[in-house]
Amino acid sequence: MSVIKVSIVSSNEEIFSGEATMVFATGSLGELGIAPGHTPLLTGLAPGPVRVQNNSDEETFFCSGGFIEVQPDIVTILSDTAERADSLDEAAAIKAKEQAEKDLSDKDDNIDYAKAAAQLAEAAARLKTIQKIRKNQ
Amino acid sequence: MANTKEVRKQIASIKSTQKITSAMEMVAASKMRKTQDAMLVGQPYSQKIKEVISHVATSNSEYSHPFFEERKTKKVCFIIVSTDKGLCGGLNINLFKSVIAKAAELNKNEIDASFAIIGSKAAGFFKSVGGEIVAKTEKLGDKPNPEDLIGLTKIVLDLHKNNEVDEVYLCSNKFVNTMTQQPDVQQLIPLPSMEQDEKVKQYWDYIYEPEAEILLEGLLTRYIESLIYQAVVENVACEQAAKMLAMKNATDNAGDLIKELELLYNNVRQAAITQELSEIVGGAAAV
Repeated sequence: MSVIKVSIVSSNEEIFSGEATMVFATGSLGELGIAPGHTPLLTGLAPGPVRVQNNSDEETFFCSGGFIEVQPDIVTILSDTAERADSLDEAAAIKAKEQAEKDLSDKDDNIDYAKAAAQLAEAAARLKTIQKIRKNQ
Repeated sequence: MANTKEVRKQIASIKSTQKITSAMEMVAASKMRKTQDAMLVGQPYSQKIKEVISHVATSNSEYSHPFFEERKTKKVCFIIVSTDKGLCGGLNINLFKSVIAKAAELNKNEIDASFAIIGSKAAGFFKSVGGEIVAKTEKLGDKPNPEDLIGLTKIVLDLHKNNEVDEVYLCSNKFVNTMTQQPDVQQLIPLPSMEQDEKVKQYWDYIYEPEAEILLEGLLTRYIESLIYQAVVENVACEQAAKMLAMKNATDNAGDLIKELELLYNNVRQAAITQELSEIVGGAAAV
């Protein structure tokens, strides 16, 4: 019986990697059953269980959304670490922007390259001196 | 001439500093192992998503995403990954140096730079030298969450979408080994072309459910998020390694200083005794 390679990963762990005879997942447009030799498919994944069947064994994982890529012999599930919604992303973006604006609003937009170079040179010189002192001891 | 009491006091104070730095070294060493593990744990995801993206790039999609397009560059955005705390040697400074060098080079060609900042150290630096800051995230701690970076990523990608920024660079430290961390400026957008997967070269395209545009948008956003997240995690590992090294050096230096001071202390003590003796001898001779 032919098998399909399955890997389920999320950005902070590898959830599953192995072979399967059938994979069931909840796509963003409905339930999917993927057998070996499936045509290439790319679709979103709705939060829900992913079942990996290998002959009579079955394992179930929970994915909080993400993407699923299907190649004839590979299934890759890219799971998100948390549920994502556009509104939540927007809120996070606003927060990051506010943080930037909070203490920098009075600064002008042009970088002072001379000042930056001077500060860096000073810091680098300080480091070099420390290293030199250490070497001489 | 310094008196013995002063020297003794100095030795005691350096000894207590040495205790602190050696404790910090040990803390950094144990944290370094954990952060290195965290760096490895995230790798399967970035590898897989890279594979998927390279499949997408080789497929003959009916839709081409703006992230792949090169356009005339008027303004770039640097995403700068720095640490929240200092005491880690030249880690941040070396990174800022390479960023400023790159920005100055672009500036010569009349390309403006803006900055998206991760970490307090970069925030402090760019606050003092100026520069347009579009987003800032700090205090991510030793175990950064992917969710903490969503907002910053969205701002940068939106700027690109609205044609306010034409190129995006990711600046962070690469973890080479415990002794070496390499500052690195990597181009995120437009996505550099990837090596093609041999297996999937023929003419084909995906079935997209629902729409190629929506899917690719989401997928590429996740890809860029994952690259940034990896960079942040790697930077934490770099920070701990650099901190360990810096603290080891500080402890060694404190040891050297103590040795010197002890020598001085003995000299001063002996001088005092000699002086006292010669006074007694002189006094006895006078009588």
